[in-house]
Amino acid sequence: MMDITVNGRRHRVEAEPDVPLLYVLRNELGLNGPRFGCGLAQCGACTVHVGDDAVRACVTPVSSVAGKGVTTLEGLGALGRLHPVQQAFVDEQAAQCGYCVSGMIMTTAALLKKTARPTEAQIRTALAGNLCRCGTHMRILRAVRRAARA
Amino acid sequence: MRTPTLSRRRLLQGTGALVVTFSLPVILRAQSPAPSRARDQLDTWLAIGQDGRVTLSTGKVELGTGVETALSQIVAEELDVAVARVTVVQGDTALTPDQGPTVGSKTIQLGGPPIREAAAEARQTLLTLAAARLGVSVDKLAVADGVVSGGARRVTYAELVGGQRWSRAITKSAPPKRVAEYSVVGRPIARVDIPAKVAGSYVYVQNVRVPGMLHGRVVRTRAAGATVDSVDADSVRAVPGLVKVVHRANFVGVVSEREEQAVRAARELKVAWRSSDSLPDLAALYDVIRRTSASEKVLTSLGDVQAGLAGAATSLSASYQTPWQMHASIGPSCAVADVRPGAATVWSGTQHSFGLRAALGKLLGLPPADVRVVWVEASGCYGHNGADDVAGDAALLSQAVGKPVRVQWSRQDEHGWEPKGPAMVIDVRGGLDAAGRVTAWDYTVTTPTHSTRPQGEAGNLLAGREIGMSPRAGLIGGDRNAKHTYVFPTDRVVVRWQATSPLRPSALRGLGASQNSFANESFIDELATAAGADPVGFRLRHLSDARARAVIERVAALARWDPRPSPKASAARSGGDAAVGRGIAYAQYETETAYAASVAEVEVSRRTGEVRVRRVWVAHDCGLIVNPDGVRNQIEGATIQTISRAIKEAVAFDRAGVTSLDWTSYPILTFPEVPESIEIELIDRPDQPSVGAGEPAVCPIPGAVANAIFDATGARLRTMPFTPERVLAALR
Repeated sequence: MMDITVNGRRHRVEAEPDVPLLYVLRNELGLNGPRFGCGLAQCGACTVHVGDDAVRACVTPVSSVAGKGVTTLEGLGALGRLHPVQQAFVDEQAAQCGYCVSGMIMTTAALLKKTARPTEAQIRTALAGNLCRCGTHMRILRAVRRAARA
Repeated sequence: MRTPTLSRRRLLQGTGALVVTFSLPVILRAQSPAPSRARDQLDTWLAIGQDGRVTLSTGKVELGTGVETALSQIVAEELDVAVARVTVVQGDTALTPDQGPTVGSKTIQLGGPPIREAAAEARQTLLTLAAARLGVSVDKLAVADGVVSGGARRVTYAELVGGQRWSRAITKSAPPKRVAEYSVVGRPIARVDIPAKVAGSYVYVQNVRVPGMLHGRVVRTRAAGATVDSVDADSVRAVPGLVKVVHRANFVGVVSEREEQAVRAARELKVAWRSSDSLPDLAALYDVIRRTSASEKVLTSLGDVQAGLAGAATSLSASYQTPWQMHASIGPSCAVADVRPGAATVWSGTQHSFGLRAALGKLLGLPPADVRVVWVEASGCYGHNGADDVAGDAALLSQAVGKPVRVQWSRQDEHGWEPKGPAMVIDVRGGLDAAGRVTAWDYTVTTPTHSTRPQGEAGNLLAGREIGMSPRAGLIGGDRNAKHTYVFPTDRVVVRWQATSPLRPSALRGLGASQNSFANESFIDELATAAGADPVGFRLRHLSDARARAVIERVAALARWDPRPSPKASAARSGGDAAVGRGIAYAQYETETAYAASVAEVEVSRRTGEVRVRRVWVAHDCGLIVNPDGVRNQIEGATIQTISRAIKEAVAFDRAGVTSLDWTSYPILTFPEVPESIEIELIDRPDQPSVGAGEPAVCPIPGAVANAIFDATGARLRTMPFTPERVLAALR
């Protein structure tokens, strides 16, 4: 048993301390925004924020976030009150299957928090570890630029 | 009749639900039989609820390509309702008609027309009812968002039929709207699924959870064709949460209470495997393909090719080789199965719920009627990936424990065991006369089948094969786009079908289309160079089809193509590092549907051999466009995915099995590597039927990139992918 704070709320969770945060978020807290992609920190589909940092929930032991604030896609915004980055993805129709898009949005939100007006190279570098197989990259780049202007 | 507001999909989306109920939607009339699935019955396709919502039931499914939106547009157009009023129930064997698998860019082309007919029939029925109710003739009625007006009175669709069955056949006598009347079809309507996808509330099959659900994992070794000698169930006795170790012949899996427990049990379970080095040496792959026995089929035979070659002023020959490649979906395949005696329900991201149902029935020993497959969108599939296999895994594990079981493959499972797009070898010979016109074309592609979908065969599922069932498949797809559309005086196109292949082959976006187009469009460029001709002009000289000529002319204009022969004059220079060039390629998908032409601009590092595709231009004609932004999204995706396949991707294996087991051993194109821009020109043809838009744009990319590398450097790349090693070797 341990307590973790996710999207501003404290939760008591049952998982063993070494269980990846991703499993706890999805299976114990029912937060489906972060997605299992590789379990190897290679694809970015599971990206969440711990504090202001974008981290890979698939390789982050749940015990390591005790006492820190975790934010998932659901904590960023929801239907009817989307975060500006989420809204930019809608405005640019920047998804196909959308499986990777949670990680894209979380990585972008973390980037823009630190670098409000990123250059094209900074955007591409920030997203270099987020894989998209549908080939939605051009739209995602447009969405990030749009969010940076918002 | 179903109550649309209770439709499973919206219920899930509306609540972000974690729980899927097992009950069928409410049947309003107690005397009504179960919902119709006969294709000639209007009730099979459409329902109008008491709240005025329109529910479309379709066997086609959303694979991330936007068809839920496009099909909604077709219904909204014919019925004169807002797109937002339309709900789509997809791929549920209990609720939807069987429209065949969602493949081959065929959803709008083949899935759309019966839906359009049904909606037209529904509109005609509604107008007849409204005319009687309002006391005016049908031709005096107007409809706006489901409200029928006539004279000074109004009545809504819901008031006319809300919640009731149609109980009528589709007569096909109701005329669909004329294209000139369209106000919804042809517009870039925003995708209906994207808001929930960016908010995290969209329900993917990976998110389906049912009451009492356990977590399963399969245990597979990397080695192809390995068999199980023994399973030591005691080796995981101490792993917390273990429910059962399941072992049937060569199928091994574990079921646990929690997901991380299943992951651990699968990792720690001791299995004694027996395997042999059954795969060929990867370095000799293409020689092995050439030596493998094959059955030959002639696809085109026009004139005397031998005479055409013999009489040519110049003759050329070349061989092109393409590797095994994978779908590489970002989310590993997942399914939830609840198998009880006499009734099974399986939630799956399959492309064909009905074909999977029949295969699962055989796998489980149940009649198909006792199996319900409920499609739920998965991570993008791009063809036949592990979606069906994992459903078989979950079904066997659920049957073994008598409880619902969720299985999500690991990354290694997906990379290692998804069916893959097979390697191909293509040999071409051609001749030119003294005036630089093609006199002969002789093309032979060697390929295994590109489709081993379940289609009712349990042996086509990994789990079925592992418990001793035999796979069965036809010879499909390796010949796609082998036939070109150029007009040559002598022409021969042959496919050599291999009966066997080292890995399990199946459909990867376009099947053989992009590989065959790579060979066709590289060789036509080689002939253009031999003729000293501009590649655009050379193609146009050998094409008569006006739509084919149009995409080439339009993409050349879009890219501000400079007419001159390739390679460019500076290509021979060895000084300087970066060489820039451009190439064009074109194809008509399947040699009979959509037209796509692409120009690629590449930068090649002479020092490192690295290829960067900087800019791409595409001209595209898929007939009547239903949703232009949806088509653009598909073209961009096809272009980027195929650039990745052309310059980076090849499945590696050793003699035992696949070694490309993660994203570092099978890298795909990343953000720093994608082009600076992709410019698209859509050629709308309202007078032509809609044909698919998901795959045509995969055809021209490999050829355009190879031709651009040649233009930049004078080095001809004939084996995909165009890796730095291959480029450096070609430069030497």
